[in-house]
Amino acid sequence: MNNQVTNGASKSKRISKKPQYSRFTQQELPAWKPILTPGWVIASFLAIAFLFIPIGLVSLFASERVVEIVYRYDQDCVPEMYRGNVTAYIQNSLTNKTCVENITVPKKMDPPIFVYYQLDNFYQNHRRYVKSRSDKQLRSAAYEYSTKECEPKERVNTTPVTWVPIVPCGLIAWSLFNDTYNLIMEDKVLDINKKGIAWKSDKNVKFGSNVYPKNFQYGAPIGGGKLNESIPLSEQEDLMVWMRTAALPTFRKLYGKINTSLEAHDTITVVLQNNYNTYSFGGQKKLVLSTTTWIGGKNDFLGIAYLTVGGICLFMALNFILLYVFKPRPLGDPSYLSWNRKTVS
Amino acid sequence: MPANVERKKKKSKGRVKWSNLYTFSCFRPPAPASNRLDFGQPGFTRVVFCNDSGKHKTKPYKYSGNDVTTTKYNVITFLPKSLFEQFRRVANLYFLLVAVLSVTSLAPFSPLSLIAPLVFVVGISMLKEGVEDWHRFIQDMEVNSRKVNVHIGGGVFVDRQWKMLRVGDVVKVNKNEYFPSDLLLLSSSYEDGVCYVETMNLDGETNLKIKRCLECTLGFDEEIKFSKFKAVVRCEDPNSSLYTFVANLEFGDVDDSNDLDLNSSYPVSPSQFLLRDSKLQNTDYVYGVVIFTGRDTKVVRNSMKSPSKRSRVERKMDHVIYVLFFMLLLISLIASVGSVMYTDRDQTDKEWWYLRLMDDRDASFDPGNPLVSGFLQFLRALILYGYLIPISLYVSIEVVKFLQAMLINNDQDLFDEVSGKSVEARTSNLNEELGQVEMVLTDKTGTLTCNQMEFRKCSIEGVSYGGDVNEIVRAASQRMNIDIQSYRFNLDGDDSTPRDSMETVEISSDHVNESKNSILDGEHDMKNLGGIKGFNFGDKRLMNKMWIHGSNVWDMMMFFRVMALCHTGIPVENEGQSGNHRLKYEAESPEEVTFLIAAQEFGFQFCRRTQSLLFVKEIDPSGLEVEREYKLLNLLEFSSSRKRMSVIVRDEFGQIFLLCKGADNTIFDRLGDGGRAYQHATTMHLANYAEDGLRTMVFAYKKIKDSEYEEWSSSFSKAKAIIGPGREELLENVSEIIEKDLVLLGAVAVDDKLQDGVAECIDKLAQAGLKIWLLTGDKKETAVNIGFACSLLRHDMHLFNLSLSREVESKNELKAMKDDILNQIEASYRATINEKTKDDPFALVVDGKALEIALRNDTRDEFLQLAVNCASVICCRVSPKQKALITRLVKKYTGKMTLAIGDGANDVGMIQEADIGIGISGMEGMQAVMASDFSMPQFRFLERLLIVHGHWCYKRISKMILYFVYKNIVFGLTLFYYELYSRFSGDVLYDGWYMVMFNLFLTSLPVISLGVLEQDVSSDICLQFPALYQQGQKGIFFSWKRIIGWMGNGVLTSLVISILNVYILSPSAFRKGGQVVDIAHLGVTTYTTIVWTVNCQIALIITHFTWIQHIFIWGSIFSWYLFLLFYGALPPAYSNREYKLLVEAVGPAPMYWMVVLLVVVISLLPYFIYMVIQRSFYPMDDHVIQEMKYGRKVVVDDETWLREKQSSRKATHIGFSARVDAKILYLKDQLHKKRMFIIKSITNSPIRRSISVNPLENRD
Repeated sequence: MNNQVTNGASKSKRISKKPQYSRFTQQELPAWKPILTPGWVIASFLAIAFLFIPIGLVSLFASERVVEIVYRYDQDCVPEMYRGNVTAYIQNSLTNKTCVENITVPKKMDPPIFVYYQLDNFYQNHRRYVKSRSDKQLRSAAYEYSTKECEPKERVNTTPVTWVPIVPCGLIAWSLFNDTYNLIMEDKVLDINKKGIAWKSDKNVKFGSNVYPKNFQYGAPIGGGKLNESIPLSEQEDLMVWMRTAALPTFRKLYGKINTSLEAHDTITVVLQNNYNTYSFGGQKKLVLSTTTWIGGKNDFLGIAYLTVGGICLFMALNFILLYVFKPRPLGDPSYLSWNRKTVS
Repeated sequence: MPANVERKKKKSKGRVKWSNLYTFSCFRPPAPASNRLDFGQPGFTRVVFCNDSGKHKTKPYKYSGNDVTTTKYNVITFLPKSLFEQFRRVANLYFLLVAVLSVTSLAPFSPLSLIAPLVFVVGISMLKEGVEDWHRFIQDMEVNSRKVNVHIGGGVFVDRQWKMLRVGDVVKVNKNEYFPSDLLLLSSSYEDGVCYVETMNLDGETNLKIKRCLECTLGFDEEIKFSKFKAVVRCEDPNSSLYTFVANLEFGDVDDSNDLDLNSSYPVSPSQFLLRDSKLQNTDYVYGVVIFTGRDTKVVRNSMKSPSKRSRVERKMDHVIYVLFFMLLLISLIASVGSVMYTDRDQTDKEWWYLRLMDDRDASFDPGNPLVSGFLQFLRALILYGYLIPISLYVSIEVVKFLQAMLINNDQDLFDEVSGKSVEARTSNLNEELGQVEMVLTDKTGTLTCNQMEFRKCSIEGVSYGGDVNEIVRAASQRMNIDIQSYRFNLDGDDSTPRDSMETVEISSDHVNESKNSILDGEHDMKNLGGIKGFNFGDKRLMNKMWIHGSNVWDMMMFFRVMALCHTGIPVENEGQSGNHRLKYEAESPEEVTFLIAAQEFGFQFCRRTQSLLFVKEIDPSGLEVEREYKLLNLLEFSSSRKRMSVIVRDEFGQIFLLCKGADNTIFDRLGDGGRAYQHATTMHLANYAEDGLRTMVFAYKKIKDSEYEEWSSSFSKAKAIIGPGREELLENVSEIIEKDLVLLGAVAVDDKLQDGVAECIDKLAQAGLKIWLLTGDKKETAVNIGFACSLLRHDMHLFNLSLSREVESKNELKAMKDDILNQIEASYRATINEKTKDDPFALVVDGKALEIALRNDTRDEFLQLAVNCASVICCRVSPKQKALITRLVKKYTGKMTLAIGDGANDVGMIQEADIGIGISGMEGMQAVMASDFSMPQFRFLERLLIVHGHWCYKRISKMILYFVYKNIVFGLTLFYYELYSRFSGDVLYDGWYMVMFNLFLTSLPVISLGVLEQDVSSDICLQFPALYQQGQKGIFFSWKRIIGWMGNGVLTSLVISILNVYILSPSAFRKGGQVVDIAHLGVTTYTTIVWTVNCQIALIITHFTWIQHIFIWGSIFSWYLFLLFYGALPPAYSNREYKLLVEAVGPAPMYWMVVLLVVVISLLPYFIYMVIQRSFYPMDDHVIQEMKYGRKVVVDDETWLREKQSSRKATHIGFSARVDAKILYLKDQLHKKRMFIIKSITNSPIRRSISVNPLENRD
């Protein structure tokens, strides 16, 4: 048949522009046309339910295993006499900032126990703040002078050379968190391991081993913590943690790890230096001790959300099963076609 | 021998003095001189110095040149003008603003990602404009450089390009050439200065029109004589009225012709006026003087600027964009105010010391200058949230529409084997518009019909010949067989039922169509076998001299003689086919040609004509061929009022006959008592023919006694000699004296051949709920015939005729005309209201002049109201401008989507005016195609183009735009919500590359696959269920309900995504290693959920998955991870925060994957539940049909499928099927009566029972 056509009319065909046949151009590609049948509906609701409810239970269980101690100290650690003018207290470098408090361990905590500080209402994600850093400078000593992105804390005016770069430059580094915690349990100092709290990629790649702090916190105003100028940045894990800017105004950052286990009802004495100024913008400071499981820290929300969704889907599935048992709509029932409905009404 | 004779004849110019054939017109006295005061007054200022075009080089007689330009731009104006056009679109202007801003430091991401798409969009559109304009330019060039023979002085004529032509030039136009400008006819190759003109391009009429020069210029019929020709024409200013022309010709300086008055003035009428773009035919050459050139010509004045069209969906999309723009302004305002609130010192007692706002002040966060920083923040927000108004939407739409157009162009079912052309989307802007059409305005000639007359049937002596079974009856009886299988009664007594109607045939309407097609095929075969153009007749009783064995051979012969003698045609040489001695004919109307051809086939070959003699080769009753000579005594011309034409001839035996043909009523009125033998049968046949849409004509004759003729002849001569206004009336009266006591011979039926598949196409379109209006320049009778032929009209319809009554028309008073029309409209309208309950269909036939009145401002509302109430509307004798005007008014008044389809230059206005213009790319000129949005070789492709491609494209584009809006709201708003957490400082949660990637790679391909490949049902189901098309007409897929719904879904999804991510991921650790999330982690998780959600969402929308969709959707998600992997592997100098993000941080964390799963499911759940509820309880037609077709076979059986297919058709009064239905009703009624009769007879005579129960059984 085909040959005949092509041979017989080859001359005229050559001139004519008959579209070539292909399944694509004729829009005849084999296609899967899923139809949302009751079976599919019930099956997909049930599938979600049966997937989500176990996940929810497992993660809720995991979250339950996490022991977390949150202790807010920014209020308590201000002496009575300064309560009226907290800012003055915190900004005065001469006042005694040491503060001692006791916390109780509610449950047995297995190592590693992570020590966090939590700040509230601190906008590390402010655009001016986020941008104010120089990754180049952090990475390598060769880029010491590339501080353009660091406005407003890029260089300092020193004598005899005017305008030397600050290393590390920028607002983030400048506002380094500098409260310190010492934990004492039964007159024994709990060792807080401050190594291994930063991301590996930070230590190995992003913060150079040949970059040493320079001119840091030199001259007024002094923002936050100071750095030991003899230790290279790749060893300054506190700085690395701080420089990983938090996404939200309430955030925790790792302070260190405790590698001994804590028993329930143990009392821990916290000796802390309340240096960091969160008072002027109404922020809170908390000390957090927490264990982790495979989902991370305490996170009931995830499990609850999974359970809720699973529950809703189960409910929907049951509803639809009932519906199709009692009042089924036959598949492809023509009485639902618009022209048939019109005549009925 | 005969060939020789022919050639000789052709050479001898004007040997037949054509004017003598037109007895009424010869020696026509000049029309009363028009008021000379007119000239020189405003509106009549033009002066043309004939043969002296040099005078028109300077003012005040300098008129425009003859070159015509239809282009919008030229080389210099293209850039500024088209740029201006582009940036008139609000969206483009906004994008331009953003692009300019993005170059400044305000931009949160790279300026290239904003500028590149803008350049692309604007560039593509400009390129399209440019290419289209280039085509127009080429077309203009082609027209402007056509050659014409121009007099350059001294009697010498040379070829010149059209564009060089100037007012006053004398030109010579040869046969089959187009007139280069509006000309005043001076003389022609015929002695009496007539010429024949085809005005196809102006009004679509194929009839030749006679033009006649003034007596005074008759002498200038040779080139050399023009060396001394001088004259001045004073005429009206250029205007667009095609049928009027007022001028005076002043003659002077003519030396050697004594019969002319020097410096006398002659009034010029439209009959001396030759219009540009009409064609000289049947005349060897004419001489004329150029009066109007270039854009002053009537035809150019009738053309309109081509408007740029935008589809309704796109216009509505503009409103969606406005809504989004408002949303954008709102959130930008919130962001900027919020930012100022936090920064401004006066607003807060808090000291955000770590920001150091007072040092190195950043203008965006300057506490001391809140207004400036607020404004800057506002600008920044405008850019950042620009994702709400996606420029990529425009890019994607352009791409999708281009691909859609490609699919339309490549559809094999839209390819015409005969012409080797295929449907072509010339602009891809309007693809989706095809799915919403409600009104089709169609031209007749060349669009519905193929401009070809065919002799189909005749009724001689009360016997119908050539009678194929009426297709409608055939279809009806086939369908009836299903319905009445239990009672098979013989309907043979009924005349209208064909003999073979009772074959047991199964079953569906497909079969009806099939059988109909097979009939058509049969016709083709026959045509191919016979190879005679214009003759489609196959009755053995008449062919091959078989008729001589009939009973009444005399009447038979007379019938053929009328056919061969009563006309104004002449034979022409037949090229090719030299084997048989068949001749070709030329005549004033194409019907006459078909009569002559038919007569030739029946053995009455009209072979020669001289001034007063007609030669016919006849078949003798004995079967021998003889050549007979008839002396033409008189010719009583056809006119629209007489509706008949007669010749009086004397045969070789000295007998005088009057042979007459004409419309049935007029002939029947003039029959003698002895001539009515066949009247009853003929009347019935005529009714059948007319219902088939055939053009009918009745033949009669009369033998005249010599004495009677002498007497009448003298009075006729006397009447002819009279000069004055009453002459024509007198002539008519005299003619009437002799045209009486006629003997009826029979009737003929001629088919104005419809193009293939036109009837079926109209049928399907009507079922899909489209209304079809026929606009034609042809006369009313023709239009009505075609109305019947393509089932736009039915015999049981109430037909309203809207035309000016004669008295009113002659008075020529506007007020009276208006009243007349208004009265008619009101009467008809009342009728439609009153009888609405009866459910009778109405049809409206409007005449051009009536239409002109009806479309005036103060009557058009009434007119349109009436017209909309009618099932079909036919407008005849409409000018191109009127076509455009009707189109515009219908569009405006009804607010419905209109589609205009036509093939000629006269349809250009309408094609441009309609929402969609379609040009038939037939043999005739390309003007219609050039002006059109789509071109197709045949009308029948409209069905598939609209019902399949239109339906698909509409759904595709609507779904695509809605999804696009959804996806960008989701993405844009998550950016905004994050701003709430960052004190409106404008920090961006995502990496700059994520933002670029989003619309470019990660979500673009699935959308395009949705826009190009989505099918709700396959093409054959679209065609089977025309009701699906009504979804587009109602516009339900792009209704505000849906738009708001999708916007709501977008807002909801963005909220779910943002809130869940924030709540789950902070503040506690998300990994076993105790690490907490930072900006990069939150960003990547949120972004992952967005990519998953929007891609899964489109998977829920798509109902048609080919491998392409699968690859695009799942590939997009996969490519996101791939991107993350590669990006993270780059050194931190390039990847910044995203360095090793997937590998080190989020990938190994179960939390990340759990969040993605949870968030995707929750954000899709609302839509899924909505979808389930809709499909379960409120399914739409396409859902149910999908289920019926593709669902389980349990409920699907053929019966329901077929039944629903039937009932999905829109109840309609027009179209083939509707007529079949009506016929079935009629037949059933007849059947019922018959049954009653039989039952009666059975009860009366029980013996007959056994015989009459099933008479058909024997026949089987």
